[in-house]
This record gives sequence, C-alpha cells and structure tokens, in this order.
Amino acid sequence: MSTNIVASHGTDLRKGEIIRYTFKERICHWLSAISYVYLLLTGLALFTPYLYWIAYVLGGGPTIRFWHPWAGLAFFVVQLWMHSLWHSEMKVTDQDRQWSKTVKSYVTNRDEEVAPAGTFNHGQKQFYWAMFYSTLVLIVTGLLMWFPELVSLKAHGLMPVVIFLHCAAALVTIGAFVIHVYMGVVFVSGGLQGILWGHVPISWAKAHHRLWYEKVKREDRSRISSSEF
Amino acid sequence: MSNGQLEIKAISGHRGGTPGQGVSRDYDVCKLVDTTTCIGCKACEVACLEWNGYAFHETTFDNTYQTMPETAWNFWNLIKFNEVETDNGLQWLMRKDQCMHCAEPGCLAACPAPGAIVQYMNGIVDFNQDHCIGCQYCVTGCPFNIPKFNAETKKVYKCTLCSDRVGAGLEPACIKSCPTGCLHFGSKDDMLDLAQHRVGQLHDQTSYKNAGIYDPAGVGGTHVIYVLHDKDKPEQYGGLPKDPTIPFFVKMWKGPLKWLGGIAMGLGVAALFGHYVRYGPKPPHDESEGRDKAQ
Repeated sequence: MSTNIVASHGTDLRKGEIIRYTFKERICHWLSAISYVYLLLTGLALFTPYLYWIAYVLGGGPTIRFWHPWAGLAFFVVQLWMHSLWHSEMKVTDQDRQWSKTVKSYVTNRDEEVAPAGTFNHGQKQFYWAMFYSTLVLIVTGLLMWFPELVSLKAHGLMPVVIFLHCAAALVTIGAFVIHVYMGVVFVSGGLQGILWGHVPISWAKAHHRLWYEKVKREDRSRISSSEF
Repeated sequence: MSNGQLEIKAISGHRGGTPGQGVSRDYDVCKLVDTTTCIGCKACEVACLEWNGYAFHETTFDNTYQTMPETAWNFWNLIKFNEVETDNGLQWLMRKDQCMHCAEPGCLAACPAPGAIVQYMNGIVDFNQDHCIGCQYCVTGCPFNIPKFNAETKKVYKCTLCSDRVGAGLEPACIKSCPTGCLHFGSKDDMLDLAQHRVGQLHDQTSYKNAGIYDPAGVGGTHVIYVLHDKDKPEQYGGLPKDPTIPFFVKMWKGPLKWLGGIAMGLGVAALFGHYVRYGPKPPHDESEGRDKAQ
C-alpha cells in the first residue's frame, strides 16, 4: 500500500487534511499543560486541607513545596515561548468582536449562526490572555513566596497581599483551564486531535476557523494536502 | 493543668470529705513578664537554650545590651533592649521577646499543612516540625515576627512555651531561671490578677502613672502578658505592636477567597456538566466536507 502521508512542519498530512499546529507548537502546548497540571494539583493541595491528600499522593508536603516553585518557573518559561509563537495570532480583531456577538449560538450548537473565526476564536483568545496575565501575577508573587526569608522585614507586611494575589490569580487560571479542557476535549469534537497530532480535516477547519482556512489556502499551500492524494 | 488527671477522688482509711476533693486549677497557662523589674541579665535566654538543647552561638554586637537583632530559629527567647528619653531622663527598657501564644494565632490560621501547628487547650501554640512543609506562611500570619525558618532543615521553629515541661507539671525554663522575679507563670486569671496588683503598685508608689498590662485583644489576648511602664507606648519596647491582629489579607485569603473559590470551582464544573448533558458535543460537519470535494 503506497503511503498517503507527507510530512510538513513536523506534522503528518493525510488526504483531506490541513496542518493546524506545527510540531513546535504542540510540544510547547503540552509542556505547558503538563507543568500546569502539576501546579494545579500541588497548588490545590496547599489551598485547602480537603485536598491535602494530593500532597501525599505526589510525595508529601515538603516534596511538593520544593517542586511547585520549580514547576512554576518551568511553566513561566514555556509561557514565554508560547507567547513568542502565538502572540501575533492572539490579537483581538473586529472579526472576533463579531464572533463574540454570536457566542450564544456557538455554545448552544447553532453553528450556522456563528460568525467565522480566524486561527483562534475570541473565546480561545480570551483564554490565552487570562492565562498570560495570570501567569505574570503568579510568577512575580510566586518568586517572593519561594524565598520569603529573603524578603526584608520592612516589606514583609506585603506578603499577605502577595499570597492573596497568588491565590486569586491561580483561581482565575483554574476557571479558565476547566473551560479550556471542556471545550478542547469534550465539546468541540476534533479539537483534541489538532493539538495532539497537528492535523485536522479540512471540513473541520472550515467549520470552526473559516477565516484561518481561507488565509492558509491563500498564503501557505504547504499546510494543505494537495488534491493528488 | 497537667496534673489534672491526678485529682483526688478517694483516700483509703479516710472518713470522707477528702482534702483537695473537687479542687482543680484553671486549665490555661500564662507567662507574666514584668518589664519594670527586668534587669536584662539574660538568664532566661541561657535557660531557654539549655532546656531546648541549642548551643550558644555567636552573638551580634550592635552597641546595645541586646544579644542579637531578633530571635532566631535556634534562639527563641531574646531580651530586647531600648534606650528612651523620658521627662525624668534616660530610661533603659528591657523586654523578654518570645512567642506570645495568641488565643487567635495568625500562624495557625495561615498554615496549610495539617498538623504542623497545634493549639492546646491550655493556650500553648506549638509547632510540629514533622508536619511542617517549610512554606513559611506562618511567618506571614504572625503579627509579632516570631516563627523563624531554618534554611537547612526547611522547617520553622519558635518558643514552645516549654510544652514538654508544662505537660509534666513544671514551669517553663525561662521562668525557672529568672533571678528578679520579673517572670511569673500560672493560670491566665492568676497572672492577670498579679499583673493588675503590680500595676496598682506602680501607680501608687512610682512615677509610672501610665503603667498597664499588655494583653492585646486584636489576637484574642495572649498567653504571654507584659506589665509595661507605659501601656500606650508598647512600640518602644523593641517593636511590640500596639494593636496586633492577623493581617487583613491573610483573613481574606483564608476566609472568603477560600470558600468563594471552592464554590466557584464546584459550580463551574457542575455547570459544564449541565451544558454537556443539555447540548452535547458539536456535531460533525459532513455538509461542508461535501462542499470541499466540489471545489
């Protein structure tokens, strides 16, 4: 059987498919996801005694207190990488505002009424910026909480505010994260495939990100399988 | 108190009405530090180190009669020295600084590790290093700057009010060592009585007309109380806070943020589940597949 696959952008391309994410983008996303999930679990363990059992599962209180800041640093670095990859795609446009006006149709599956979206729809962009700005708050407050003994006594009165902000920003990311996973894994069929292996059916691209599909068709044919397949 | 379980119920060969029957001491304990009779000899500092098994390490000389700038993880009891100018000339103030054993401890409120901080019924607030994870939230919660971090063991330490001695019916080591009788130990009521008596004495017999007791209400009262020459100026005794409370943002973080956050997380997941059951996943787009082929 002859192969129907060509590789491009570190991604296998089959008949009727289009490359949604390059290999680099996928690695970046999943490094981000793995470090975030570790931060989420260890953070929740320290957030409430009801979830402290997670600490025992992950090696004990002192262990998660040691690794949580390192995972946070890793997550932050990955976020910077992701920002360099995607920030230009994340600019909110007039088309996004049109999409947002039809968001009610989007969440109730009346997709024919939904305005066309670009590479990312407005919801995805809002998720991205919520995570981005929360991460900035978390890294600044987190660094202070990593070594509170180095914070001078005069500034120590700020530590309650620092911890409060860390906690509040983390809660924002949890809300965003839960919705993100629901959308990507459960609600939008085919979304998970895209971020796992990078390729999605052309029909999916047209249905969910029509403006992006048309732009790729115009500007970057290497991302779309040629009709000879 | 610790000998409560040895209360007498009956005595052999006794016709009844046993002596001491039904008599029990108040359960809570308290240290009284009378700053007006402290001479700054630092016997309590040494006794504390000896009882708790810490070596006497290098001191820091900064032109005062103070052993080091502040308490350390292995130095829980420090005489704070301050020289102040009063209407009657210079005055040397000495205050024994240590954990205040608050009735509403900020360290305990802030701590995320189950069992790392314990408040006993007798008022002692004790750290259990076996359960400590070294996050130092207790340092943030404490209005008296008492818990101290050991970077090597990654644990936090402080005065135990000699919970091991008190549990065996003994007074704390610092109390035992005091040569001037400026330190007293007993129930909170007894110590408040004694302090009030001393304050009356100071009012009647000395020029300290503003002498008073330091037992800050902002942390529910403390199980270490002071008699001060001037109750309105606790700050001059090496930074004793005038109205200590658990920091506002610690209360917000451990209070509303925690339960609101928990409710929001629970409701959020429930709402998404409801959405899934109502609408289900987005349908596949076969119709556009057809259009694609037509192109």
